[in-house]
Amino acid sequence: MKYTEIMVRYGELSTKGKNRKDFIGRLAGNVTRVLRDFPQIELHPRHDRMHIVLNDAPFAEIDQRLKKVFGIQTYSPTIKVEKTLTKIEETALALMKETYQEGMTFKVNTKRSDHNFTYDTNELNQLVGDYLFKNMSNLKVEMKHPDLVLRLEVRQDAVYISNQLLHGAGGMPVGTGGRAVMMLSGGIDSPVASYLALKRGVDIDMVHFYSPPYTTEKALNKAKELTGILANYAGRINFIAVPFAEIQETIKEKLPEGYLMTVQRRFMLRLADQIRAKRKGLAIFNGESVGQVASQTLESMAAINDVTTTPVVRPVATMDKTEIIRLAEQIGTFDLSIQPFEDCCTIFAPPRPKTKPRIDKAREFEARLDVEGLIERALAGIKITTIYPGDKFIADKAAEDTALL
Amino acid sequence: MIYFDNSATTKIDQEVLDTYTQVAQNIWGNPSSLHKLGDRAYQLLASSRKQIAQLLGTKTNEIFFTSGGTESNNWAIKGTALQKQAFGHHLITSSVEHASVANAFTALENLGFRVTRLPVDKAGRVNVNDLRNALDSETTLVSIMGVNNEIGTIQPIEEISDLLTNYPNIHFHVDNVQALGKNIWSQVFTPRVDFSSLSAHKFHGPRGTGILYKKAGKMVLPLHDGGGQEKGLRSGTENLPAIAGMAKAIRLLLANEKSNAVKEETIKDRIVNYLQDKPGIKIFSPVNAGFTPHILCFALEGIRGETLVHTLEEHDIYTSTTSACASTKTDQASTLVAMHVDDKEATSAIRLSFDETNTLAEADEFISVFDQIYRHFAPINHLGE
Repeated sequence: MKYTEIMVRYGELSTKGKNRKDFIGRLAGNVTRVLRDFPQIELHPRHDRMHIVLNDAPFAEIDQRLKKVFGIQTYSPTIKVEKTLTKIEETALALMKETYQEGMTFKVNTKRSDHNFTYDTNELNQLVGDYLFKNMSNLKVEMKHPDLVLRLEVRQDAVYISNQLLHGAGGMPVGTGGRAVMMLSGGIDSPVASYLALKRGVDIDMVHFYSPPYTTEKALNKAKELTGILANYAGRINFIAVPFAEIQETIKEKLPEGYLMTVQRRFMLRLADQIRAKRKGLAIFNGESVGQVASQTLESMAAINDVTTTPVVRPVATMDKTEIIRLAEQIGTFDLSIQPFEDCCTIFAPPRPKTKPRIDKAREFEARLDVEGLIERALAGIKITTIYPGDKFIADKAAEDTALL
Repeated sequence: MIYFDNSATTKIDQEVLDTYTQVAQNIWGNPSSLHKLGDRAYQLLASSRKQIAQLLGTKTNEIFFTSGGTESNNWAIKGTALQKQAFGHHLITSSVEHASVANAFTALENLGFRVTRLPVDKAGRVNVNDLRNALDSETTLVSIMGVNNEIGTIQPIEEISDLLTNYPNIHFHVDNVQALGKNIWSQVFTPRVDFSSLSAHKFHGPRGTGILYKKAGKMVLPLHDGGGQEKGLRSGTENLPAIAGMAKAIRLLLANEKSNAVKEETIKDRIVNYLQDKPGIKIFSPVNAGFTPHILCFALEGIRGETLVHTLEEHDIYTSTTSACASTKTDQASTLVAMHVDDKEATSAIRLSFDETNTLAEADEFISVFDQIYRHFAPINHLGE
């Protein structure tokens, strides 16, 4: 079936009264971004819904992308036909034949904004319903809770027919929630936290710490590729790589083992906070989950959080590991996250980190270091990459293999 | 030239050779190396394994690369016997196995294992009842080939599988070196099969590479200890060009499996039709569902197999006495002996083995050459008198 347009119904933003215009504008922008390689598509954002006119663009591919745009509640692929009964009936039948499965119930639901059309709402329901009965066997009608609703909209220019209601990602359009930085490692939790931040409309920049030669190029590329997966939900994401080796070496050389981890994390948070400030963000997000590891006990969080008053938001703080993994699988980051490349959180990890570090001790030890100098040099070395949906960074030789084999 | 000796070896496919060369020249890192050359090689190794697993209908972690059929057979048999010593010392095989199976059992016998060799009927087939009677509480392994390499009998692997379902702890090994790509795979590779051997050069792949299928969870002692390749079970730097070539050869082989089998059967059928009513000719591989289409074994009374092979060779037609591995050592086909075929007939047997590159025109050419030979030998041996 060749669909001519998609009708998009807004999510939560419909309830946001005065901000509606802003939200709709942002959603339209985000949709444009994910469909940027289909220049023929036209977008008509209106106050109650958005129409995407396909102009021969393939629905199947666009469907895959729309599913990942936050702010869309539901959408329906639609066919525009000229206003004759024959055309309406033929198209309705073709649509039903494609989507109707044995045992389903259905009804016809007509809306008419062109009141001069030859048939009124009830007549159209009746006529099209009869036509379907005549041409398909075993149809069952159900008025209250049908499995399929065949929608006919009679407008001034044409009749619009659809019979599918597809679910969008929900949430809020990315960008409506403000800007923030996200501390992305290469693990399972931080990509899930990123997804949840995006879902609430927060536009995030990824901050990733790397420590060559202790960490490999592969670990960095893995974090970038994870960002490529998450960019499907955001349109694009800036990836900020922060060199961290000098700080880690200095801490390891000068501080007692028990506080290595705590102080390293304090430096990470400081760096993230300065990057946030420069980029006019309002908060820091991370993938910490209470009690999961030594650095994520409440005592540790307190000792680390001590370096800033900026809000630190932890979307997966109260989720179980199994819940996080389930979401990671759902959004497609899990398989990549479990690739075993060492990141800078695991190197220099002391064998027995303090699970209950003290803030005063952490401050005291840190005073032995040239904190400002270290931070400055790390910031001077940052590298920013803009990452688009599905960008690949891990050399994928699958195509070459296929050719060989 | 007419090559009717495809059960001995096949000619390497040009596309397979291209893959071999490209990999040998461009992806020559050691798959175990940490650097990117190693990574690339490891990735291709993984892709090859994945493709083979998909084509054979197994899990990826069930495919182990070896140096060929002989190693795969030795590993499954000796590895099981040694691994499961604590559970018993009784092993069962058939009396018509390839030398790499038969002699592995003899070696174990010499070490003190008890080996039962099941007899076969006139078609060279084992009987499931004999197997049932041979099983005892000490049995740790049953090894029966899928397709006999000398006369092409398809062994009753499905029936044996049904029987062995009641003995889940016994390892069931099937030597399938002759069986892949002959449109009988589901008959000889049942879910009950624990181990199965394959060899790449039997299906237009490179020499020196093969597969042992090992069902996930089944334990087998490694015969090659070393650097821990193949999950620590078969050490030795992987022969990546050959493995990639084999992955390709299997893909090409299975792409036209059905029509290839039909083609081979048509060729066999035509030659059998010519041979069957000739006085003095005895056919051991009839055209029926119990035999693979690609092997035809027959004897011309009074003429040694060797003489016939060389006479055909003078006409640029290449065949063999029986199993190429055994043919230089003995005059008699061990399978035929096990079938209690008369000694005279057994020494006269030759084997034609076809594949999809053969044609009906070649079959006709063979028939016309053979007819001359037959008319020369028949009066000398008073055939049909």
